[in-house]
Amino acid sequence: MSDQVNDFVVKIANVNGTGSASANGMLMKSIFRMGIPVVGKNFFPSNIQGLPTWYEIRISKQGYLSRSGNVDMMIAMNAQTYIDDVAEISPGGYLLYDSTWPRKDLETARDDINIIGIPLSGMCNEAFEAARAKVLMKNVAYVGALVALLDIDMEVVTNLLKETFATKQHLMDANMQAIKMGYDYATENFECPLPIRLEHMDETSGHVLIDGNTAAGLGAVYAGATVASWYPITPSTSLIDGFTTYCKALRKDPETGKNLYCIVQAEDELAAIGMVLGASWNGARAFTATSGPGISLMSEFLGLAYFAEIPAVLFDVQRVGPSTGMPTRTQQGDILASAYASHGDTRHVLLFPADPKECFEMAATAFDLAERLQTPVIVLSDLDIGMNDWMIPELKWDEDYVPDRGKVYTEDQLKEMDVFHRYVDVDGDAIPYRTLPGVHPTGAYFVRGSGHNRFGGYTEKSDEYKDVLDRLRRKSDTAGQIAPAPLIDGSGDTDWAIISIGSCDGAIVEARDRLREAGIELDYMRIRAFPFNQDVADFIDRYERVFVIEQNRDAQLRQLLISDLELDSKQLSPMLSYDGMPVSCSFIVDNIQEEISRNKAA
Amino acid sequence: MSYIKKPKISHPGLPRNAIGLTLRDYEGSMSTLCAGCGHDSVSAAIIQAYFDLSIEPHRVAKISGIGCSSKTPTYFLGGAHGFNSVHGRMPSIATGANAANREMQYIGVSGDGDSLSIGLGQFGHAIRRNINMMYVIENNGVYGLTKGQFSASADVGSTAKKGEANPYQPIDPVSMAISLGCSFVARGFSGDKEHLVPLLKAAITHPGFALLDVISPCVTFNDHEGSTKSYEFMRENERATVYADFIPNHEEITASSEPGGLETITMHDGSRIRLRRVAQDYDPGNRAQAFSHVEECSRAGEIATGLLYLDTGVAEMHELAGTTEDSLSSLDYSRLNPGNEALAKLQQRWR
Ligand SMILES: Cc1ncc(C[n+]2csc(CCOP(=O)(O)OP(=O)(O)O)c2C)c(N)n1
Ligand code: SF4
Ligand SMILES: [Mg+2]
Repeated sequence: MSDQVNDFVVKIANVNGTGSASANGMLMKSIFRMGIPVVGKNFFPSNIQGLPTWYEIRISKQGYLSRSGNVDMMIAMNAQTYIDDVAEISPGGYLLYDSTWPRKDLETARDDINIIGIPLSGMCNEAFEAARAKVLMKNVAYVGALVALLDIDMEVVTNLLKETFATKQHLMDANMQAIKMGYDYATENFECPLPIRLEHMDETSGHVLIDGNTAAGLGAVYAGATVASWYPITPSTSLIDGFTTYCKALRKDPETGKNLYCIVQAEDELAAIGMVLGASWNGARAFTATSGPGISLMSEFLGLAYFAEIPAVLFDVQRVGPSTGMPTRTQQGDILASAYASHGDTRHVLLFPADPKECFEMAATAFDLAERLQTPVIVLSDLDIGMNDWMIPELKWDEDYVPDRGKVYTEDQLKEMDVFHRYVDVDGDAIPYRTLPGVHPTGAYFVRGSGHNRFGGYTEKSDEYKDVLDRLRRKSDTAGQIAPAPLIDGSGDTDWAIISIGSCDGAIVEARDRLREAGIELDYMRIRAFPFNQDVADFIDRYERVFVIEQNRDAQLRQLLISDLELDSKQLSPMLSYDGMPVSCSFIVDNIQEEISRNKAA
Repeated sequence: MSYIKKPKISHPGLPRNAIGLTLRDYEGSMSTLCAGCGHDSVSAAIIQAYFDLSIEPHRVAKISGIGCSSKTPTYFLGGAHGFNSVHGRMPSIATGANAANREMQYIGVSGDGDSLSIGLGQFGHAIRRNINMMYVIENNGVYGLTKGQFSASADVGSTAKKGEANPYQPIDPVSMAISLGCSFVARGFSGDKEHLVPLLKAAITHPGFALLDVISPCVTFNDHEGSTKSYEFMRENERATVYADFIPNHEEITASSEPGGLETITMHDGSRIRLRRVAQDYDPGNRAQAFSHVEECSRAGEIATGLLYLDTGVAEMHELAGTTEDSLSSLDYSRLNPGNEALAKLQQRWR
C-alpha cells in the first residue's frame, strides 16, 4: 500500500466522562499546528458519564470539511463498543486498542485490517498514583503513541502542552510522561511511522479552529447585543456560554467595571423569548439561543412579535427531533416550524449559516435585519456547526460597521411631530416607523397582539385588520430582497444542479469535486435566507433537474421552495440524510451516481 | 372601542402637580369594561398615584397580559408606552424591558387568571429576580374575559353565578409572594381608593418588585351572594392591617402628623412611607409574622389588606447582576464594540 499522507480519518472511541475530550483536542490541534487542515466531529451521548462517545478527526490536505465516510484508524478505548468500532474501519485501516487485556477475538475479527495493541491501562496504572490520573493519562498515552505512528511533530506537541499547563508544572510533567510512554512503546514495537502519516504543510496559517456556537456568541458581542435570555438546552447552551465569556472579557465599562450587558437565565423558553421581546421593544439588541423544543415553546410569542412588529434574534441550534429526539445528534428539522412558527398567517425571516465563520458574521446580519424589518429573525444553525471544531479563516471585524437600527424616530424628530402612528407605511417599503419607550411623549403607543389598524389602535374591523396583514406580507417580500442572497457556483449550463443549505455545504463541495473527477458536473446554489430571493427562483428555472439536499425526513426546504415559489414539485428532487449524523460526501456522490444510472436505464 | 381618545379639556383651574401636569394628563382612552367593574376603579387610583408622584407619563412603561384586567393599561397614562402581551407572560416582557432600560418606571397589570393560572411560573420568577417594577394583580376570582370560569384565586366554597361551589384550594398571591421572598407585598381593594392610592405610591417608589394584589370585583360574573370577591363580601370582611401613607421627598413630616404608633420608612429617593398599624403588634418587616397573619385572616374568612410585608434592603436584578447604571438601550455602539484588535488577540487560543 502506498503512503497516505495528510489524507485520512482517525476516529477515537471513548467512554464519556473519562477526560478524553482534552486529549483529542490536543491531538487535533497538534495536527493543525503542523499546517495540515483538520476538522473534528464529536459524537457524544446525552449523558454525563459512562456512555460511548466518539471523536472523529479528518485530516484533509485539500481542506475538505465534511465526513469522508471512511475510518482509516480507529482508537478503540471502549470495550462496550469494540465490535461496532472494529466493523467500521475501512479495509486496509488500523485498529489501535488497549491490549492490557488482550482480545484475540478483536485481533482476528477481520483479516483486512491491521492491529496495534498497546497496554495503555497497564502502563498508566504502573506510572501514576492517583486513580483519576490513571484514567486521564491513558488518553494522553494514546496521543503519545500516535505521535510516533502518524509522525506528529513532537516539538509541536510539547509546546502545546507547555501553553496548556503553563502554570501547572506537575500536570505538564504527568502529561509529558504519558506522551513519552505511548511514544516509546509504539517506536519499540511497531514500524513507525505507518503508511498513513503526516507531513508538515502550510495550509492552516491565517486560520483558526472554532465551533459555531462560540463564533455566534462572539458575533453577538460584536453585533452590539446587550441583552440575552435563554434556557439551557443542548446543543445551544455553549452559544450563550460563548456570549457570556466574551462579554465578561470585552464588555465591562472601563471606568466603573460594570457590565455593559445583561444576561438572564430564564425559567423556560417562553420567558426567554418574552424577555427578548421586552428588551428589543425597549431599544436593546436582544437575543436568545435555543433548539427545537424551545422553538416549539416560543411559538406564541413569535406570532406576537411578527404581528406587533418587534425585532428579535433567535439562534436555533437544531438537533434531532421530533420531541426530545436525540439531543446530541444533528439535523435540519426545524425549517418549517421556524418559517411559520405560531398560529395564524406568519412568515419569519430565517438565516442559514454553513460554518462557524457564517455564524459569526450572520449574528450581525440577523440583528440588522431584525431591526430593519422589525420582526424576528431565526438563525438556523445545527449541532454539527455549533458544537464541532471547524477550521475557518481567522475572523475579522469590519471597523466601519454601523449597526442598522432600522426606522426609529429620534427624540428630535418626535418633537417636531404632532402625532405618531405606528403602522403607517410612510416609505412604501411596507416597513413602518417605530419609537422607543421613554424617549418622547409623542412617540407613546400601545403594542398589542390583538387586531390593530395602521394607526396602532385596537380594531375588529375587517378592512383595517386586512390592511395591516397585507402590508406584513409585502414586508416579507422586502425581507427577501434585503436578506443575504444565495451563493451560486457553476457554469450555468449543466443539466442538473444542487440546492442546499447550511452545514450540508462541506459535503457538497467535496462531492462536486469527486463527481467532476468522474466527469459529472452539477451547478450548486446554497440558499442563505428565507424569504427566498428572486435569484433562487431564477436558478431553479435554468435546470432540467434540481436536487435539494437537506438533513431531515420530510424534505422541508424542498416543501418551502415548492410552496413559496409555487413550483411544480417535479422540478425538485429530494435528497435526504436524517439519521442524526452529519451528511457525508459519499452519501451525496453515491446518490447522484445512482440517479445517473437510473436515468440512463430509463 | 378602546382607541377612542377622551377629549382633553384642560380647565385652567385644574390642580397641577410638581411638573405642571393635571390629572387629565395621566388618563388614557375610554374604558370599554362593564360599568362598575372594579378594574376601572384601580385605573383611577393608578392615575391618581402617578399624578401625585409627578412622574412624567412617558417615563413609565405599562405592560400587561391578556384579560379584562390586562386591557386596562390603555385606560391610564395615555402618554406612556404600553405593551399588551400574551396571556400570562407579562412578567417576562417586563423583565426584558427592565433589563434593557433600568432608568424607566415599570407597571405590570395582570389578572388572577393571568398571574395565578397560566402565568404562575413567570410571576414567581419575576419575584425571584426582584425586578424593579410594580406588579398589580386585579383579582376578581374569575376569568372575566372568557365569561366567568373560576380562577385559581377563587376560595373554597365560593359560588359561581349559576350556583356551583369551587372545591379547590385557592392560590393566594400575597402568601405566595411572601413565601417567595418578595420585597414588597400589599393588598388593596378597588372599592377603597383612599387606601389604595397610597399603597400604589409606595409600590411605585419601592426599589424592587412590589406586588399589589387588588381585590377588584367582576360585576358581571362574580359579584353575587356566595362570592368571596364581591363588593359586599369585601366591605364586610376586609381586615385592614397596616395603612400606608406616602410622603414625597419634598414634604416635611410635621410633628402634628406623627402621632404615636407610626413608623416611617425612607425610600432610596428620600420619600417616605408612613405605616399606620391597625393592630399595634403587627410588624410588616417580619416575614414569618406577615405570613401567619395572612393565614389567620384567611382561616377566619377575612381578607388581610394593607402593606403586609416590606424589605427595602433586597438587591434588585441589576444590582445582583452588576449592570451599568445607564440604560443598556442608550449605550452607543462605540462602547459595545471591542474592535478588530481584540478579536485578533482573542483568536490566538484557537490556533
Ligand atoms: C394562550 C391563551 N389561552 C387562553 C386564552 C383565553 N383567555 C383570555 S383572558 C383569559 C382569562 C383572564 O382572566 P384574568 O387574568 O383573571 O382576567 P380578568 O378578565 O378576570 O380580569 C383567558 C383564559 C388566551 N388569550 N390565550
Ligand atoms: S367581565 Fe367582569 S372583569 Fe370583565 S369587564 Fe366585565 S366586570 Fe370587569
Ligand atoms: Mg380575573
